[in-house]
Amino acid sequence: MSKSAIELPPKGGFSFDLCRRNAMLSTKGGVHPPSYRKTGTTIVGLVFKDGVILGADTRATEGPIVCDKNCEKIHYMAPNIYCCGAGTAADTEAVTDMVSSQLQLHRYATGRESRVVTALTLLKSHLFSYQGYVSAALVLGGVDITGPHLHTIYPHGSTDTLPFATMGSGSLAAMAIFESKYKEGLTREEGIQLVAEAICSGIFNDLGSGSNVDVCVITKGHKEYLRNYQLPNPRTYVSSRGYSFAKGQTEVLTTKIVPLKEKEEAAEVGDAMEE
Amino acid sequence: MDLNFNAPHSMGTTIVGVTYNGGVVLGADSRTSTGVYVANRASDKITQLTDNVYVCRSGSAADSQIVSDYVRYFLHQHTIQLGQPATVKVAANLIRLLSYSNKNMLETGLIVGGWDKYVGGKIYSVPLGGTILEQPFAIGGSGSAYLYGFFDQAWKEGMTKDEAEKLVVKAVSLAIARDGASGGVVRTVIIDSEGVTRNFYPGETHPLWHEELEPTTSLLDILSAPEPMNT
Repeated sequence: MSKSAIELPPKGGFSFDLCRRNAMLSTKGGVHPPSYRKTGTTIVGLVFKDGVILGADTRATEGPIVCDKNCEKIHYMAPNIYCCGAGTAADTEAVTDMVSSQLQLHRYATGRESRVVTALTLLKSHLFSYQGYVSAALVLGGVDITGPHLHTIYPHGSTDTLPFATMGSGSLAAMAIFESKYKEGLTREEGIQLVAEAICSGIFNDLGSGSNVDVCVITKGHKEYLRNYQLPNPRTYVSSRGYSFAKGQTEVLTTKIVPLKEKEEAAEVGDAMEE
Repeated sequence: MDLNFNAPHSMGTTIVGVTYNGGVVLGADSRTSTGVYVANRASDKITQLTDNVYVCRSGSAADSQIVSDYVRYFLHQHTIQLGQPATVKVAANLIRLLSYSNKNMLETGLIVGGWDKYVGGKIYSVPLGGTILEQPFAIGGSGSAYLYGFFDQAWKEGMTKDEAEKLVVKAVSLAIARDGASGGVVRTVIIDSEGVTRNFYPGETHPLWHEELEPTTSLLDILSAPEPMNT
């Protein structure tokens, strides 16, 4: 009887036992886990006169390899809220999808427009409960009944509220642009221009970021998702002859044919099929 | 160079709380860093818990935010059930309860300050292990190391509101000058029977300490210059 008192299962919550084991293994044992598809990223957001503007580059990397040259990093949260994601692609995708579904159900239940703080709280409490193992760094922006809002959320679950924000490996390059050129009360055009410039700064100066610029403008009761707003990296050379070749272009040096041997087996017929 | 962007967000901080003859003054710098990168240069580390109780946060940003969010929620319930404002002691005790029972998971030190009708202005500090200390003044965060001697010398019993706030601003600006992990602006919150006052002291208003130079090109000059935006 006393044995069961000792071997009680944990009370609940996420178990970090294997996380700690893996950390020990990679420091002491030299066993390294496989790498995930990470978005070495530049994502930004700013508050302008009538709302918020979010921006992102479109490069996804797997270690040193660019594995997607035109991916989407501005995720849908609610009709009036969008969220840029940096970090492990799977995690940013999963966490934004999950919270956007929770927000939809909340809208069905209340019949009211989602608020940005609701999304913020759902995201941060999820990330905090996974203690940084869900590696999603987010820039959350939207316009609700209380006005425009911009927040940053870090993988450990801490949040900031800012008039302009950058995240990801290109955040330093983008922040340099914002710190020198941001001012209060930007117009829509000035805002888009500044966001695009900050993303381009990341694209050109950060190895983890590249390809195109995505922009999302959210104002009261309206949003505009400008996919591939700028294409600063077009393909420089495209063959005029195309990339498919006519038969016989490659010289045949030897030919060897290995005949396929057929093997037949007669199945024993039992008495099951008797008439 | 290892910038270590995966480091958890932590607030290498200077936070202080001082009692005076009618209430309390809380003060904090505004720097939040990830490794060597300043993630937020204008953060607000003095968080509201109830109408008359505030808390200064230090350590892991995520941990201190979660703790203060929970305590705000509990105090809200408590205020409704009681039908009157919560005392500072109750707020401090709730923080202690969470800090102590989750001491293995949390890395945060907090200074609670506020005013209630029973005992007036009170400061409680709840450092790392989850103990609770009622003090006439409290200092915390990485910048506090530079301030112990200063407070031993400069803190006096029965200061006025102005004297106390001046002391807080001076202390935080001294720590900002010497502690690399503290910086930005000084924020203060004054709480007494009259209510709450929030003040903000930008970097260029801080006194110049030993070997510091007059600002020549302030970041604010660059920001307010119309020229770069037109290009």
